Amino acid sequence: MAAGNNLAVEMKGITKRFPGVIANDKVDFELEKGEIHALLGENGAGKTTLMNCLYGFLNADEGEIFINNKKVEVTDPNVAISHGIGMVHQHFMLVPPFTVTENIVLGKEPTKNNMIDYKTANQNVRDISKQYGLNVEPTVKVQDISVGMQQRVEILKALYRGADILILDEPTAVLTPQEVKELVKIMESLTDEGKSIIFITHKLKEVKSIADRVTVIRSGKLIDTVKTDTVTTNDLANMMVGREVILEVEKKEANPGEVVLEVEDLYAKNDRDLMALNGTSFSVRRGEILGIAGVDGNGQTELTEVLSGLRKKEKGTIKFKGREITKPQTKRLFEEGISHIPEDRQKRGLIMEFKLYENLILGRHDRKPYASGINLNNKKIKEEARRLIEDFDIRTPSETVQAKSLSGGNQQKLIIAREFDRKPDLLIAAQPTRGIDVGAIEYIHNSLITQRDNNKAILLISLELDEILSLSDRVAVIYEGKIVDILDIGDATEEKLGLMMAGAESEEELEGGGQVG
Amino acid sequence: MLANLTALLSTTLRMATPLILAALGGMFSERSGVINIALEGIMLIGAFTAMAGSYFFSPWIGVLGAVIVGMIIAAAHALVSISFRADQIVSGTAINIFAAGITGFLLRLIFGDAGQSPSVQDVGTWKIPFIKDIPVIGGVFGEQIPFVYIALILVAVSYWILFKTPFGLRIRSVGEHPAAADSVGINVIGMRYIAVIMSGFFAGLAGASLSIGLLDLFVKNMSSGRGFIALAAMIFGRWTPHGAMLAALLFGFADALQMLAQTIGLTFVPRQFLLMAPYILTILALTGVIGRSTPPAADGEPYIKEEV
Amino acid sequence: MVDKDISEKKAKYLQEQHLVDFIVPIISIIAGLIVGAIFMLIIGAEPIKAYIVLWNSSFGSLRGFGEMLVNTVPLIFTGLAVAFGFKIGLFNIGGDGQFLVSYLAAAYIGYMFQLPMYIHLPFALIAGMIAGGIWGGIAGYLKAKLGIHEVITTIMFNYIALYLVGYLAGGPLKAEGILPATPKIFDTAKLPRFVPTMRIHYGIFLALAVAVLIYYILWKTTFGYEVRATGQNPDAAQFGGINVARNMVLAMFISGALAGLAGTTQALGLEYRAYQPFGFVGYGFTGIAVALVGKGHPGGVVLGALLFGVLSRGAMMMQSMVGVPKEVIEIIQAIIIMFIASEYIFKYLARKWRERKGGVADAS
Repeated sequence: MAAGNNLAVEMKGITKRFPGVIANDKVDFELEKGEIHALLGENGAGKTTLMNCLYGFLNADEGEIFINNKKVEVTDPNVAISHGIGMVHQHFMLVPPFTVTENIVLGKEPTKNNMIDYKTANQNVRDISKQYGLNVEPTVKVQDISVGMQQRVEILKALYRGADILILDEPTAVLTPQEVKELVKIMESLTDEGKSIIFITHKLKEVKSIADRVTVIRSGKLIDTVKTDTVTTNDLANMMVGREVILEVEKKEANPGEVVLEVEDLYAKNDRDLMALNGTSFSVRRGEILGIAGVDGNGQTELTEVLSGLRKKEKGTIKFKGREITKPQTKRLFEEGISHIPEDRQKRGLIMEFKLYENLILGRHDRKPYASGINLNNKKIKEEARRLIEDFDIRTPSETVQAKSLSGGNQQKLIIAREFDRKPDLLIAAQPTRGIDVGAIEYIHNSLITQRDNNKAILLISLELDEILSLSDRVAVIYEGKIVDILDIGDATEEKLGLMMAGAESEEELEGGGQVG
Repeated sequence: MLANLTALLSTTLRMATPLILAALGGMFSERSGVINIALEGIMLIGAFTAMAGSYFFSPWIGVLGAVIVGMIIAAAHALVSISFRADQIVSGTAINIFAAGITGFLLRLIFGDAGQSPSVQDVGTWKIPFIKDIPVIGGVFGEQIPFVYIALILVAVSYWILFKTPFGLRIRSVGEHPAAADSVGINVIGMRYIAVIMSGFFAGLAGASLSIGLLDLFVKNMSSGRGFIALAAMIFGRWTPHGAMLAALLFGFADALQMLAQTIGLTFVPRQFLLMAPYILTILALTGVIGRSTPPAADGEPYIKEEV
Repeated sequence: MVDKDISEKKAKYLQEQHLVDFIVPIISIIAGLIVGAIFMLIIGAEPIKAYIVLWNSSFGSLRGFGEMLVNTVPLIFTGLAVAFGFKIGLFNIGGDGQFLVSYLAAAYIGYMFQLPMYIHLPFALIAGMIAGGIWGGIAGYLKAKLGIHEVITTIMFNYIALYLVGYLAGGPLKAEGILPATPKIFDTAKLPRFVPTMRIHYGIFLALAVAVLIYYILWKTTFGYEVRATGQNPDAAQFGGINVARNMVLAMFISGALAGLAGTTQALGLEYRAYQPFGFVGYGFTGIAVALVGKGHPGGVVLGALLFGVLSRGAMMMQSMVGVPKEVIEIIQAIIIMFIASEYIFKYLARKWRERKGGVADAS
């Protein structure tokens, strides 16, 4: 415990409740001046909630907050901001059609004659950008800049308001390994200037390499706060989950068979009418897992949508089991033998208001034995639902509850049960473990390996490089809608993949000509 | 011929005025993220209030009453939609039904008539000295009901507020990404209330322009769907003041055509088809607008904190 | 194990919310009646006396009961129309326009042809349904393909229908003579009445049968499954291979046809011709309140239609006997809708109340 007068932030006994769950249960947290402190926990452990209470976004039900040794009632973000706290959220809080400057000065606009003084505002942004070495373009709209620059805008937003204490929520989620290095440099230079940083993460490796100390939260409760050089990654994993965790998936050598999916020169547009896929080509064989790595926004979403018939392709061929599919239609694809675990289970995967048995027949609802002609066979549907719930170990009181009453992990298992039960030849899994607790992650990873061993072809698309590396037999990298290269798992290292994810061929190219992002 | 053109343009301006005002109101509301389907009902209540105010006091008291009542009713819509998280369209529809009910109720009660009120004093006209003498333009702009000039001025004022002031920037942020606005300390709920109450001001004013501007009495259900046409004008005008104004002028033109059919010799078309014209035009306008027109991103969704 | 506990608690919590679901319409109706009473007090009438008149006008005599059912039949249809629209996630406010076009279409078939009853009556009914269906289906198409909000289009179509039917019934299709209406329909197209002395007709059977049919369609057929899935989550429905656009158009067609049955039965069961309309009858808007009170469920819709049937039957009586303007019914309707729409706040208050009683929040 450090001496009391060196604490930038102290949170004591913070408790926050939501309907049906205690998100934070008497949590203590402290931040020393000038340190980088990691807040570690699984998805849903309560890390973001705790920080939202500090930032005034949420109000804790119990507990006290001290900022610079003064007790503060943080009722809303204005209070936090006035005490020097700034927060960069995981999902950026930027208004897309506004310019960088407008986003940064929003709420604290310089004015002249009751109108916004854009000249001064733009200059202020340039000044502050230079002061901290965070390169941005003031007059460009946020929807037109890269993710890396968006993050810098978010950080500048906090610094513009005089933040001394920065909270970064999962800042590395959207960055390539090289961009992460850049971010760490920025964080270190900020602490050199006397700022204090809290960063929230679920990635164990980052904690050791970036933070001075780490606080581990599990199921809303504080587990411990330790110095990062006194613990191993395994120790942290155990603290995070509460039991021995096997970090690597056990799998035997792949035994790939014939090509099941062949994608050649695929072109497709995104929702903003820009080309998102620019000549993507790859193939997937039976009995193998092809992992596609890449930073979010390089065409992964559009790729899975084209392959499941939800988006039309402009050009290119898709061959499944040797036959070309000229106009992929969702229903037909199911029948041909393609299943898809969507990246957003709440949006695409499940109908939250529907009961479990109703969700389990989605996509097959008009086939036997679930329906004869136009009539649904509810009895049979419920029977089959019970079978799947048992087979896939979905934790629920019955098949008649609504999907929204399940935990995230069980919701994902529901989707997997449905898609596996189709007995597909090709399984497309997009972000299959996003936002899932470790127990369910283990289950899902093992299920994918089992399917692979049962001679299915699996296309895995994920933003988590670790997941790609532990599951895939071959690894492809997608960048700006093109497959940069495909490596065998033996040749794939994090450095190589990181370079490809940033679109560079070599380290020199990356550091030489211009900025990352 | 020139006289006909002048009459047509002058009438267009007059008929468009309630639409312009209501569309401006709808725009502020939707820019902050709240759909205000109740423009129709607020207009109706505003029209009644203006008539009653003129009957018992004077026309301008009537106008004042109309905007005050408009703001109160809008506040109710805000309360139910924002704080009670009701579906904004259902809440708006309830207000429209309420408006029809209460105006009919009071009409029968106070004036003993189920269909219309007696004639009252209207607001008269304003004359602009020099412009009046210019050919054609003089006939159109030189002497008009005050609401026309007020509406045009408000279009300019609205543009300035929305795009040049901090208040306007913040309203727009609340409508596009309320969480982002919240994260920098902007009171999302408060801003939405203000925007919705503003829309009540405009819609009430629009109603007054109907009953004691264009006419001099109140007729049951006299808004006749104008609140919805105003919404279409707002959409067609891409949620901008100048766009809404131009769209409203277009719809006002269709209305004017119907009114002056006799005078300009359009007698071969059955009256009902001319009456239909504004509504058909609205649909055609909306059909032509798709793909190029997107509402504020958070339009219609209640802002719920716990989900952050 | 922990998972299952959490799930159970969450499921129970959701079930309790469903109980509130049931209570909210009842509270809303009471609130509406109270507000109506306040308005009556303001004008010096006696609410209790007025509500007694209201009750007696429907339940005090057989004739009154019959008249009340006459009002209820169209409300069952428009209530089902709005409810079906809600199920696909669309708001059909066009009931009044769909009513009018079907009204005219049915009357037209009724007087234009002379066929045996078992052909003529179904023919006229179907014509009415198709007319209403087209009126609703176009709005569905515009929404599905072009994203135009159905609230605006259906309102526009209301007015277009008003003037179109007005033109046709007062012009090309008008009967000889001074009556601004189409010729009287043949007996073979008429919906039979129970008793010559009362206006209530077999349309009531049709309405109840249709309610049961809609229930069956929504919960026992694949089409109904697709409609409900699309209404709850169009993205997931699309992902499940459901043709969202096609379902939207089809559902709005059915919704329009349902509202159209209100107009059809009006023509074939009550008026036996199509009069030139001078305004909207209002069944379409009342249908919204009916659907909301009935929570979108066909059974609830029938009960809701009964409630509003009683209210509108009573409105005329309240006006003539107690001096309460009949527009008070619209005020009551609006209040009911507002309360039902605010159910979140009820659930929130119920939760807070339970927390206070239980001492601590529902937690794992």
